[in-house]
Amino acid sequence: MKKIMRVILVVAVVGVVFLMLSYTSSHNMGVFNPKGTIAHAEMNLIVTTTLLMLIVVIPVFVMLAIFSWRYRAGNTKAKYSPDWHKSIALEVIWWIIPIIIIAIIARMTWISSHDLDPYKPIASSVVPITIEVVALEWKWLFIYPDQNIATLNFVQLPIDTPINFRITGDAPMNSFWIPQLAGQIYAMEKGDYAGVSANYSGFGFSGMKFTARASSQDEFEQWVRTVRMSPSTLSIDEYTKLAEKSRNNDVSYYSSVHKGLYDKIIMKFMVPANVIMTKMNM
Amino acid sequence: MFGNLTLSALPHEPITVGAGIFMAIAGSSIIGLLFYFKRWRWLWAEWLTSVDHKKIGVMYIILAFVMLLRGFSDAVMMRLQQILSVGDSVGYLPPEHYDQIFTAHGVIMIFFVAMPLMFGLINLAVPLQIGARDVAFPFLNSMSLWLTVFGAMLVNLSLVVGEFAATGWLAYPPLSGIVYSPGVGVDYYIWALQIAGVGSLISGINFFVTILMMRCKGMTLMRMPVFVWTVLASMTLVIISFPILTATLGMLSLDRLLGMHFFTSDFGGNAMMYVNLIWAWGHPEVYILVLPAFGIFSEVVSVFSRKKLFGYTSMIYATVAITFLSFVVWVHHFFTMGAGANVNAFFGIMTMIIAIPTGVKVFNWLFTMFRGRIVFASPMLWMIGFIFTFTIGGMTGVLLSVPAADFQLHNSLFLVAHFHNTIIGGVVFGYFAGITYWFSKIFGFKLNERLGKAAFWHWIVGFFVAFVPLYILGLMGMTRRISHIDESTGWQTLLIVAGIGVVIIGIGVLLQILQMIVSIRDRKHNMDTTGDPWDGRTLEWSTSSPPPFYNFAIIPTVHGRHPFWDTKYGESEQVAPHYEDIEMPSNTPMGLYIAFASVVFGFAIVWHIVWLVVLAFAAILALLIARSLDYNTEYVVKAETIAKIEAKRK
Repeated sequence: MKKIMRVILVVAVVGVVFLMLSYTSSHNMGVFNPKGTIAHAEMNLIVTTTLLMLIVVIPVFVMLAIFSWRYRAGNTKAKYSPDWHKSIALEVIWWIIPIIIIAIIARMTWISSHDLDPYKPIASSVVPITIEVVALEWKWLFIYPDQNIATLNFVQLPIDTPINFRITGDAPMNSFWIPQLAGQIYAMEKGDYAGVSANYSGFGFSGMKFTARASSQDEFEQWVRTVRMSPSTLSIDEYTKLAEKSRNNDVSYYSSVHKGLYDKIIMKFMVPANVIMTKMNM
Repeated sequence: MFGNLTLSALPHEPITVGAGIFMAIAGSSIIGLLFYFKRWRWLWAEWLTSVDHKKIGVMYIILAFVMLLRGFSDAVMMRLQQILSVGDSVGYLPPEHYDQIFTAHGVIMIFFVAMPLMFGLINLAVPLQIGARDVAFPFLNSMSLWLTVFGAMLVNLSLVVGEFAATGWLAYPPLSGIVYSPGVGVDYYIWALQIAGVGSLISGINFFVTILMMRCKGMTLMRMPVFVWTVLASMTLVIISFPILTATLGMLSLDRLLGMHFFTSDFGGNAMMYVNLIWAWGHPEVYILVLPAFGIFSEVVSVFSRKKLFGYTSMIYATVAITFLSFVVWVHHFFTMGAGANVNAFFGIMTMIIAIPTGVKVFNWLFTMFRGRIVFASPMLWMIGFIFTFTIGGMTGVLLSVPAADFQLHNSLFLVAHFHNTIIGGVVFGYFAGITYWFSKIFGFKLNERLGKAAFWHWIVGFFVAFVPLYILGLMGMTRRISHIDESTGWQTLLIVAGIGVVIIGIGVLLQILQMIVSIRDRKHNMDTTGDPWDGRTLEWSTSSPPPFYNFAIIPTVHGRHPFWDTKYGESEQVAPHYEDIEMPSNTPMGLYIAFASVVFGFAIVWHIVWLVVLAFAAILALLIARSLDYNTEYVVKAETIAKIEAKRK
């Protein structure tokens, strides 16, 4: 009976592992399917760190299994030392080994935190494109200041070009996330990538999604021309209307944008500072 | 007359109406039964007004289990919504309701399940382990309990009258500010936590003083049981961090009530300040919960391996190191705030350093099992399940502590899986082990082992089935707190698997309820007549089960780390007992009254009922003054009475 149970257990474990593998290979694994250099570096970091930790974790699991089995009360053949409770040598070993591993990970952390700092521009000979991102209740507004166009819940990017996202909000706190591309984007492959808010911001939060399309430079310019043909423009009035709460918005295009809109949105929250500055200027 | 409170505050949705009716029926049937069996006087005199730490501990644990059922129902509702709400289907919960549920789930599980379980176990075990007759401040102990209970009642009341916060369990502004959350939900949240938080702070001070001042003769700090050490560390964290919570919620309340601008985006306020402050409390809070669980495991592993704990001194240093480090890591909860590379890297590295003392603890536990004689009673099963589960949680925690990796995993379901991994695998397993371990000490009979083991297996299998899919979903890019997903994501399969895991855990919970019922039914067969059912080592096992109300007729004198073991198996001279008069604290309903006035105060402020705010506040002050002027707070138990009780117990 016990034997049958053990066979069932082994079959079940193997089955679960197999199912998980087949599931993950047939679905888009987001973070583990990176399409930009930054996302790629971040994935490598995750994998290396995990492997380093396994140096300690695997022995722990092996010892846990062996000790539980060997020193079970029924096994009277095993050695029993009820008063043995101290060994300087052993304790030094398990203070030192984790310290070394954590020191290695800490070094990687220090270097990667600086290399992958979202504020650090990506080294490239190509002139970066600036895109201003505004989180609204509950949609994403993208302003292209150089092209003087704006889009809602859709952002198109030329490949092999660094993108400077400037991010603000006219809504509760949100967090801008494209899992396959990471905070900054460079040298990604062509394709459509899902973008979301990672920080809960209220009732329309689940519908606060956008598509990020990476295309060739030509396709990007073609797309910019299409947006410029749109009948809507993003004036201050239009923006005020847009900033009101709404859920599950469709994609929309604006052929022109009120000049300096992004800075105005930021300054909206600095009223007293504004007042002081005006006074000083007088 | 009633401020903002009108009839429209009562529920309209069928689910909330149902929950309200259920609560009303459950409440009135308990009251009905009390009248039927004429147990009111008994309940009042023996329990509600009791200042006995053992009874207060039991009441804490009852509160925790009642709230666990509610928190668990919330979890089931969330899982169900996420399974159903895919593509064209929007599920059965609108966001307005769903968002309150995930907020309530977090708040209830941390504040009204984990905290009461912890304080319950501390109350049960610490005074007995240090050879004391009660805590340092028995009246404050009772008041802390009732503040926590009434804080929980305020959360439950919000289900029926008005609404609860829909902001996530830490209520970040600006979302929790008056502009974006104009309803009463956030106010209920603030005042429930303020009331319960003051209770926790007072308890923290109480046990800190108890451990330092009330140890029996001979129990030096380095002879204290590891559980007592971890509680001392945890209470230190409570004393330092809970005032931060109170001040932060106070400022949020001022923003909402009086239009101030501590955390608003305009007029110089800064929402990130709130996020910093709330995590300066919130991160230590995690260690407040898990350190006592580490202590329980240290007791359990030694007793059930029939061996001394390996590396006691290392254990203590590791505990103190974790206590210190837990205060310098809070920024890892928001690397994406934009603090810059130096700050992020510093806090990331500090965080991963915690893995070192924690790893040392794991090795010490393992080598306690090494060359032992391991008895697989259910507390030991929880212990082994804990090492396995918690190690995985620790590993994903180190991953999240690398800022550049965190940019990809923050606020995803990977994070949700990680903290459930540590909290269920560490805190919940630890407290369940503790409850099983000390149950017989308090009630005089053991819990049914068969059902206890079955519950363990359901919990651990259910845990992995429920949370491994969430790790994968997080890596696939699914964020937390969403109530609807697109069909194209293909996430539904994994969400269904996670749902099955919740069902398995649910069976585990049912088995635990069944275990309680069966154990009470069969209590005659499970009697613990020796007071020492597990062959224990520490002082709590030297007294009878249940102990007399004064715990020890004669305060023991201790000569080592295993005082009871040494007396049992060593050579100790038998002296004829010489009893003396004992001073014991008198029961008092004042704690209950003050807590009740506090909850009325909280309710009145939530609904802006000005006259009631003033009245309740005056009542709190009056009660506090009255209590301070009462000098008859103790009574003397005569030596003859003790001799009689002791003769009966033999």
